[in-house]
Amino acid sequence: MNQPSPRNILRWFDPRHRQPGTWAFILNRITALGLTLYLAMHLIVLGKLAQGPAAYDSFVALAHSPLVKIGEMLVIAAGILHGLNGLRVAITSLGFATRYQRQLLWASTILSGILILIFARAMFLGG
Amino acid sequence: MCRFDPIASIIHNHGGTLPTLWKITLEILRQRQNQPPHVELFELEVDPDENVLDCIERVWAFHDRSLTFRHACHHSTCGACGMRVNGVEKLTCITPVREVTHPNGVLRVEPLRNFPVLSDLVVDVSGFFQRMEQTQLSSIAPLSQAKLPFEPNPPTIWQGQRLIDCIECGLCVSACPAANTSTSYFGPAVLAAAQHVYRQTNNPTVMQLVNCADGLWRCHSAYECSAVCPSNVDPAWRIMDMRRATVAHSLRNIFKRPNQKVAP
Repeated sequence: MNQPSPRNILRWFDPRHRQPGTWAFILNRITALGLTLYLAMHLIVLGKLAQGPAAYDSFVALAHSPLVKIGEMLVIAAGILHGLNGLRVAITSLGFATRYQRQLLWASTILSGILILIFARAMFLGG
Repeated sequence: MCRFDPIASIIHNHGGTLPTLWKITLEILRQRQNQPPHVELFELEVDPDENVLDCIERVWAFHDRSLTFRHACHHSTCGACGMRVNGVEKLTCITPVREVTHPNGVLRVEPLRNFPVLSDLVVDVSGFFQRMEQTQLSSIAPLSQAKLPFEPNPPTIWQGQRLIDCIECGLCVSACPAANTSTSYFGPAVLAAAQHVYRQTNNPTVMQLVNCADGLWRCHSAYECSAVCPSNVDPAWRIMDMRRATVAHSLRNIFKRPNQKVAP
C-alpha cells in the first residue's frame, strides 16, 4: 500500500531506517496505549468498591504478588517516559528549542532512566 | 557508430586507472498500475563513487528498457529523482553507492511512500504540486529571506535574489509518519512553504490555509522530514515556527476588542 491510508497505522511502530525523533514518536504511542489500558483497569478495580469491602479486599490482596508489582513498575515507567517526552514535544511544538529536539530527547530519556531506577529501588528494595 | 562503454567511462573519470569495482545486487520494486508490486534483481559491477541514479540508469540502458523512473538535472536541483534507497528517502542523483551499501551488498530501490505509484519508481506528485501552489510560494526570494533565520548571513552585501531551498522532491512527505495514515494531510513541504511565505508577506490567508486539523496540527513531531530533506529546508522547524506564529496570532485576537479582531 503506497498511498496514505489509516490502514497503514502499523507503520507508525516500525523503527527501521528511521531516526531518534521517530523512536520517541513510537515510544510515546506505546506508553500512551499502556497508560490508557491501565486507566481502564484502574476504573474496573475501583468498581469493586461498589461490591463491598470483602470483594475489594480480596482484590487488593492480589496487589502484593510480584507480577502485579512488575505491572505497577511498568505503569510508573510509562508515565515517566510519556510525561517527560511529552514535555519535550510540547516545548518544541510551539517553536521553542526546536533545533535542539534531539538533545532534549536524550536529556528526557536519561532523566526518565534515573527516575525509573529510583522508583524501582523504592518498590522492590524498599527504598 | 559510437557506443557508450560504461567501464571505459569509469576508467576515464579516474584518470586512466581502473577503480575498485563493487559487485552489488540492485533490487528494484517494480509495479504497473493496478498490478501487484514485485522485486527484480540486477547484478551490477559499480564504482562505489557512482550515484544510485547512475546504477538505475545503467539497468535501464543495458538490462531492461521498460524500467520507468524520473530524473532530470543530475545535480539535486530539480527534485525529480527522489526514491527510497534501502528504506531511507534519498535524492538518488547525489547519493553515492558507498554511502548506502558495501561490496557484495544489496541496494534496494523503491518508490516514495504516500504518493500513488504510476509505474515502477514513478509516483504521481500532481496533488502535492497543487497544494504547493496554494501556498503562493515563489521559487525565488531575496538572499536575506531565502535562508533559515539561524543560518549565517551570506558573505555578500549584494542584495540579489536566489532560488529558495525547497526543490519539491517530496522526500519529506514520504518519510512523515502522519502523512502515512492521513489522506488529507498537507504534508511537511506544503507547511514549510506556507511558513516561508507567511514570514515574508504576513499574508493572513496563508495562515488561514494551514491553521486546521489537516495542516499544522496534524504533525506529530517525529522530525523525519528534516532528517531526510536534501536541501536544508528544515521543514520541522518551519512547521513549529508557523505554529508559534498562529498561536501568538490567536492569543492577540483574544485580547482584542470584537471590532479589532482579524482572521483567522
